[in-house]
Amino acid sequence: MMPSLRLSGQRALWAMAGVAIIGVVLPLLLRSDFWLNFAIMVLFFTVLGQAWNILGGYGGQFSFGHAAFFGTGAYVTAVLQVKFGINPWLGFVLAGIGGGLVGAAIGFLSFRYGLRGSYFALVTLAFAEVLRILANAAAFTGGGVGTLIPLKQTAANFQFVDKTGFYFVIFALMLIGLLLAYWLENSRFGARLMAIRENEDAARALGVNAFAIKLGAISLSGALAGLAGAFYAQYFLYLDPRLAYGPGISVEALLVPIIGGMGTIFGPLLGATVLHVVGEIARKVMGDAVGLNLALYGMVLVAMVLFLPNGIAGLARRQRLKPKEERL
Amino acid sequence: MSEPLLDVRHVDKSFGGLRAIADVSLSVHQGEIVALIGPNGAGKTTLFATVAGFLKPDAGAIGFFGHDILGSTPDRICALGLVRTFQIVQPFAGLTVRQNIAVGAHLRHAGRREALELADSVGRRLGMAALLDRPAIGLTVAARKRLELARALATEPRLLLLDEVMAGLNPTEIDEIVAMIRAIRDEGVTVLLIEHVMQAVMSLAERIYVLNNGALIAEGTPAAIAANSAVVDAYLGHGAAGKLQAKQVRHA
Amino acid sequence: MLEFSILLPALLNGLTIGAVYALVALGLTLIYGVLHIINFAHGSMLMLALYGVFFLHALFGIDPYVSLLIVPPALFVLGYALQRGVIGRASHGKDENILLVTLGLAIVMDNLALYFWKADTRTIDTPYGFDTVDLGIATIAVPKAVAFVAALLICCALWLLMARTDLCKAIRALAKERQGAQLVGINVPHLFAMSFGIGAACVGAAACLLLPSFYVAPDVGQVFVLIAFTVVVLGGMGSFAGALIGGMIIGVTESIGGLFLGESLGQLGIFVIFIAVLLFRPTGLLGHRA
Repeated sequence: MMPSLRLSGQRALWAMAGVAIIGVVLPLLLRSDFWLNFAIMVLFFTVLGQAWNILGGYGGQFSFGHAAFFGTGAYVTAVLQVKFGINPWLGFVLAGIGGGLVGAAIGFLSFRYGLRGSYFALVTLAFAEVLRILANAAAFTGGGVGTLIPLKQTAANFQFVDKTGFYFVIFALMLIGLLLAYWLENSRFGARLMAIRENEDAARALGVNAFAIKLGAISLSGALAGLAGAFYAQYFLYLDPRLAYGPGISVEALLVPIIGGMGTIFGPLLGATVLHVVGEIARKVMGDAVGLNLALYGMVLVAMVLFLPNGIAGLARRQRLKPKEERL
Repeated sequence: MSEPLLDVRHVDKSFGGLRAIADVSLSVHQGEIVALIGPNGAGKTTLFATVAGFLKPDAGAIGFFGHDILGSTPDRICALGLVRTFQIVQPFAGLTVRQNIAVGAHLRHAGRREALELADSVGRRLGMAALLDRPAIGLTVAARKRLELARALATEPRLLLLDEVMAGLNPTEIDEIVAMIRAIRDEGVTVLLIEHVMQAVMSLAERIYVLNNGALIAEGTPAAIAANSAVVDAYLGHGAAGKLQAKQVRHA
Repeated sequence: MLEFSILLPALLNGLTIGAVYALVALGLTLIYGVLHIINFAHGSMLMLALYGVFFLHALFGIDPYVSLLIVPPALFVLGYALQRGVIGRASHGKDENILLVTLGLAIVMDNLALYFWKADTRTIDTPYGFDTVDLGIATIAVPKAVAFVAALLICCALWLLMARTDLCKAIRALAKERQGAQLVGINVPHLFAMSFGIGAACVGAAACLLLPSFYVAPDVGQVFVLIAFTVVVLGGMGSFAGALIGGMIIGVTESIGGLFLGESLGQLGIFVIFIAVLLFRPTGLLGHRA
């Protein structure tokens, strides 16, 4: 049997251990600031993509508005810090809670009224836009001008002189994301979530409370995206409504697992890596022109859906399953 | 007779102007195999969907195992021990057979290992041992029907509502599934089934309800129903009664 | 009525922009009604059309209203090609995949526009750009009045077209009964692409009517796509009359909302309507499909 990218059980745990070891050693090898920053961005988008993957990949609920959770996390950290002097580490935790609560609220409304498929995607997008407009109009977010987090580089203040500090925070978050996905593949909650993705009515007939499971998934997904948002705020120390709640984040959140493989543990890591390597190459070849990178991402998205709907991870899986399907 | 396990009383359900179920009352007792028959469009599947909580009836009462389940949700009704299968099979296409069955097993077993083990044993009992690691999407019709049954059984129900699990099967496969249903009943699961395969109905069911245009038109033992030529003619067409009786004699 | 003198122009303004929204939404609702897909690239097609109108004027001095003869046919071709070559091949049995592919197309179009034409906001100068008509109760800019009337005329023309011609009878048959249409020998992929093309042509017409009183920038599609969705959802997916009424309601909401809440919050009303309709009445005001 050929090696598969879709791992589960024991092999997934070993693979995770391997990723953990590589991840810890990596900053020792990355001498340049450029590559460290590159690794941090890949891990950041892995976390964001994993957040989307929990709801979209495992739960089959495609969100076009993950910026709603991400931006809330980012603003929670930033605003609490700037306006109330609350420590950003505490803000980080609160950002996770905030993202989760926004997820729960949007999920409650959407799932309570039975929105599925494309309608769910559109309504999440609309919620993110509402939050963007509100953040743009409100005074405490700094409005359209944005919020600047004052520079004070101490670890206690969640700002690191050396980027390695940020690296390990986002790496830890990425590992938490992997463990969450592993848990989904090996737990009752995850089994029920995947059953809903495959066929909601059949799942309900077998005693699955679809509303509660979907609500749990979107809350979890929102919390992880909120944590990613808090990290973003601390890393860049600047936020505005478009960065936080704009469609850019929502698109990258879904692009990453779609490229890597939806509903797989390592899909987001794979997708974020591929996406950013391709993006970097494009930048080298064609210059740093505005728009070119995103245009390329768009083409990748179209190509993936057309030719590889199961993502890169699906390539291996498809070859593994095909002979069996044909026999039956 | 003791209190029935399932007690449907005067249930009504309309879609727009169409009265899909009209004042239907029926009961199923612990340990029985009861069949619900009738021509296409008679409202059988609608009745199942209503009993299982997928549709809210306009009027009536539904009692199950001493609980009033009218207006309850499918998952809560399933947790009480009433599970339905779907006439058009609804496999979780992307999951393996074992994972499919485990979704049902998880109803009463929180642990993944326990659920997978139960899924294994249920799958084997229904003759799916070789298929357990196959993705559900590649299964044959017969295997899908069995999977539908296996998943429902894995919820360890008191009452199983089977919606045409024999449709599309060949005679050998029908004999196999008839034996399975009988074995399931012998282990203490009560069965209410919708079926068009008359031969199977006649040999399996202890009592039969006949539904036509949303209303019950007869109830009785297979022999009584088969003898009720007016009923049989009404929904199987003229002359059907005679053929059925002939079959009945051969089987007896 | 103290505010009447302010309210009335805002209302008129809302109705004129609403007519253009309706025209944009008409294309979207046609595509939805026939293909049952949600075209996320609809706003970006409008953006491309606006650039088309802009460059025809800037480079060749062609009046935007003359462009009505050029841009809609061009958009028709674009729409036909996109549906035939890309979107039609994307579903793999899942509606979400089509949404994703059209999202991808939108990203490509928006960002290529950004790359080639930069983020600048562009407007055109026409001799009639600042003329007004006095309606007695209020005055209204000529381009807006033209847009209002023309948008309504085009909507009616399309309506008649759909009711009368053989092509459109086939399209409507297709919308109702896909398999049946296939069985009687209707070329389904061709007709799907025709419908998509007509939907795109609506967007082309809207662009010609819009530009004299509006602007074009690479992200203008994003503004319109959600508005168009709101109009369509409000009016009922697939309903022509719904798109018209929905467009007017949204135009007025935006205009009046902007008056009371200020520019930045003005759009909020649109999204609130959008969410509320999706949640509480997903079939829309005039829709009948569940």
